Amino acid sequence: MQPSIIQMIHNQRHYIIDNWLEEINTVQTETVGNNVPKEMDDETNRKFIEMIIDTLEYEQREAKGKLRGFVERLIYSGWPLSYFTRGMQSFRSVLLETMSSGEGVNSKRIFETFYEIETWVDGIVNQIADEYSGSWENTIQLQRHALNELSAPLIPVFEKISVMPLVGTIDTERAKLIMENVLEGIIEHRSHVVLIDITGVPVVDTMVAHHIIQAAEAIRLVGAECILVGIRPEIAQTIVNLGIDLGKLQTKSTLQQGIEAGLQMTQRKIVKCNTESASSVVIGG
Amino acid sequence: MGIQSNVEVQTEWGIVSARQAGRNLAKEAGFSSVDQARIATAISELARNIYLYANNGEIIIEFLENENVSPPRRGIKITARDEGPGIDNIRNAMEDGYTTSGGLGAGLPGVKRLMDEFDIDSRSGVGTEITAIKWLR
Ligand SMILES: Nc1ncnc2c1ncn2[C@@H]1O[C@H](COP(=O)(O)OP(=O)(O)OP(=O)(O)O)[C@@H](O)[C@H]1O
Ligand SMILES: [Mg+2]
Repeated sequence: MQPSIIQMIHNQRHYIIDNWLEEINTVQTETVGNNVPKEMDDETNRKFIEMIIDTLEYEQREAKGKLRGFVERLIYSGWPLSYFTRGMQSFRSVLLETMSSGEGVNSKRIFETFYEIETWVDGIVNQIADEYSGSWENTIQLQRHALNELSAPLIPVFEKISVMPLVGTIDTERAKLIMENVLEGIIEHRSHVVLIDITGVPVVDTMVAHHIIQAAEAIRLVGAECILVGIRPEIAQTIVNLGIDLGKLQTKSTLQQGIEAGLQMTQRKIVKCNTESASSVVIGG
Repeated sequence: MGIQSNVEVQTEWGIVSARQAGRNLAKEAGFSSVDQARIATAISELARNIYLYANNGEIIIEFLENENVSPPRRGIKITARDEGPGIDNIRNAMEDGYTTSGGLGAGLPGVKRLMDEFDIDSRSGVGTEITAIKWLR
């Protein structure tokens, strides 16, 4: 930026800051809302504007670093992007207004001056938007990771018996995870029986059915048995309508019945104790 | 005539939102939970075929009301439309077990059984339009 413009901004620093603070106050009640104490707003506003003006003195990399640190902190505490975009809009109009009314602007150079200010402000806005989208992508990445971990867990409920409760929509990626987790889990938990519970799957179409059939076959190939449980009545009807043959699969209507069958297949059963604590239940066999 | 919703199918999320729209409309129209599941499943099949074979297209779900017959008939109509490669041999495609993608080959014949009316119009290199209706009983 031209030294003369920097000089001018410095000379008018207080005027610019005061004007901007006034403008941002109206913007703020619209964007940030009232959940932040007013003093905190004012303090943040002042720090923000001073930091923006101070970046003129740093070399570019350093300026970017300062801005990044500041923006990241605000993103972290949940400030909306619109605070920055509206704030920078106000900043630009305050600057341009100051420049055009102020003494010392050579009218021949007014376009040049405006152009430089626009470029400077645009650069800052772009960087802020980048910081925001970066943090969103980061969040989405983390959530996707969390979702993947949740999406097809194999849970060992008894020795030799594991359950995979499926809840929600099954897409291609998740179908892959079902297969991977089931095969890894069988080895890890030494499962002999795997119960796949589809109570929470809203729609069983041909793709979902196909993946379940394939998972069941793979389970059999590694020497375990698969029981499909939790087929709701309306799902049973649509499966029949689709003409899908689940005849080769063992099915039980509820998870409890599935577990009982699993215990039986591993030569165990649940019995009542004949001791004082008559209500307690253990596994015998 | 009445409420209608259009869903673009470009990703697997399109499939999910199409059947969600269908289920909502079916519920509003007063379909039983079994029929709601049938309608959602039919939409899922048609939308997935679009996603798999045509890359993109749209699903239109409409509420039908015919006052000119007595008693008045009401129902839900699904239209699946794409400008994909089309289906070379419709007779084959409608057969149970016929698949070109290593699937179960149960989608299209299944949709026909899930719904009350079924119509398919497809031309090689032009695209495919499938309509299916479920009447309220
Ligand atoms: N919209 C479409 N455009 C082009 N070809 C299609 C379209 N829909 C279906 N087909 C063709 O018709 C065949 C049969 O479709 P159908 O849905 O019955 O079975 P599938 O998709 O192969 O397997 P499934 O639906 O059981 O998972 C498909 O394999 C495909 O070749
Ligand atoms: Mg199909």
